[in-house]
Amino acid sequence: MLPLNATIVHITEESPSIRTFFFDLEFETMEPGQFVMVWIRGVDEVPMGLSRKNSITVQKVGEATSKLFELKEGDSFGLRGPFGKGFSLPSKGEKILIIAGGVGSAPLAPYADAACAVDSKVDTILGARSADDLIFEERFAAAGEVYVSTDDGSKGTKGFVTDILSRLDVLLYDRIAVCGPEIMMASVFRLLEDRKVLEKAEFSLHRYFKCGIGVCGACCIDRSGLRVCKDGPVFSGVQLLDSELGRYTRDASGRRVKI
Amino acid sequence: MYTLTGLELKNPTILAAGILGTTGASLCRVACEGGAGAVVTKSIGPMPKTGHPNPSMVRLECGFLNAMGLPNPSYPGFLQELEIAKKDSGVPVIASIFGGTAAEFTEVAEGLLPGKPDAFELNVSCPHAEGYGAAVGTNPCLVEAITAAVKDVVNVPVWVKLSPNVSDITCIGTAAESGGADAVVAINTLKGMAIDIESGYPVLGNRSGGLSGKAVKPVAVKCVYDLYTALEIPIIGVGGVSSWQDAVEMMMAGASAVQIGSAVYDRVDIFSEISTGIEAFLQRKGYSNVKRLIGLSHEMV
Repeated sequence: MLPLNATIVHITEESPSIRTFFFDLEFETMEPGQFVMVWIRGVDEVPMGLSRKNSITVQKVGEATSKLFELKEGDSFGLRGPFGKGFSLPSKGEKILIIAGGVGSAPLAPYADAACAVDSKVDTILGARSADDLIFEERFAAAGEVYVSTDDGSKGTKGFVTDILSRLDVLLYDRIAVCGPEIMMASVFRLLEDRKVLEKAEFSLHRYFKCGIGVCGACCIDRSGLRVCKDGPVFSGVQLLDSELGRYTRDASGRRVKI
Repeated sequence: MYTLTGLELKNPTILAAGILGTTGASLCRVACEGGAGAVVTKSIGPMPKTGHPNPSMVRLECGFLNAMGLPNPSYPGFLQELEIAKKDSGVPVIASIFGGTAAEFTEVAEGLLPGKPDAFELNVSCPHAEGYGAAVGTNPCLVEAITAAVKDVVNVPVWVKLSPNVSDITCIGTAAESGGADAVVAINTLKGMAIDIESGYPVLGNRSGGLSGKAVKPVAVKCVYDLYTALEIPIIGVGGVSSWQDAVEMMMAGASAVQIGSAVYDRVDIFSEISTGIEAFLQRKGYSNVKRLIGLSHEMV
């Protein structure tokens, strides 16, 4: 598909460095965890998790996202997608644990909405650098209990999501959904591996994408060779055993870069 | 098992260059889970390259447009990936290489030799990388010189991948053969572009690129057909092969084997599906082996 034209209808400032862009298209078939390729014309095209059927939530990190932050309501960008495999949807009555760090909350908020819609009970561990950087707390709260951690202690537990996770009985949950900075996900992964619950956990990975549609191979992970853009971005914990998670990623040339 | 330029292949389907070939693990997956008879790596050059800005590939109704821009970690950066592919794929691994001059080609080839590639494929046909690919591959003298130079420094087969963006592909194919090529691979992508009419911007980050997939198959079949008439060395057919019927057609035009690229979009195990389909076709037709198909259409007059 060629990029669809998406006109920005509303912009919400979620935190000093994170904004949600609502656009005039609705991806009705979107699964929570799926992404779109966002084309800032004349600059670059970057993958972004959908935070709703009609929104992306973006942290300003580089050239493309900086240009995106210059756009105003009425401006437009190109969108292709939704692509990839999302989180496995919860069934009625299941107990879900969401572990979200920073802008990693973006693809997990629609997951909480979906779980809530089928009467699943959702507990969320929501982590960020400081209180100002917490996003979508109210959406997670609408689905169940929220445990907050901040690096600086400005809200909730001072420390990391793993400080809260280590105190919870993970055996109580039917599914565990994780998205956040890779260092955080690797710590969560090790903890869940120790507790022997990896088979019910899912992690959303971030890698440099070129084609975004599973053909070029730029985003393949070791040692499985699975494509983050097509076989993921959401992988089960078992798929990530003996993987590069938390150790290295690759740059645009394919060179390994330590995390 | 059959032999192609001295390599033992369990089936005639080969992963095309630039597809799922950035990492050793990915190449192993295509061989083991995908069922490819051999795999060709991403094109590797003398220096690390990040490639063109995105969008670098879009799917059209008739195929795919891409302008990756030869992203690669350079030969020192790729050696460990090549070693992984060699150790774990269980199939011949062909290193695709590019350069701007014969000296760069030989530098890259020699640099990858410690990884023990089973063959080299010279990319003289990428349509959208300035100074590389088709910039050298449209000139028969350069193609012959580059082929001869690489043949001089390696003792494994050398394949040369040809561009269809020339007035007479057999002229370039003949040059490769004269330079000592063990096979030619035809075809690389056809020049193409797409424009976003909402904004007027060309869609690809590089503005234009190369077309692959279903749309290019008839072009590829004709190129293979003509090369079969002109050359003594084997031809490996590539361009829009996505079913066993396409593969059989390509072989009847003169291909000794086929490469598959864009069709991995549908499924990674396309290679087993196609090789199983070819086997069933051979049985149904009572052909003793796959060699009976090669160039068959040339006899039908």
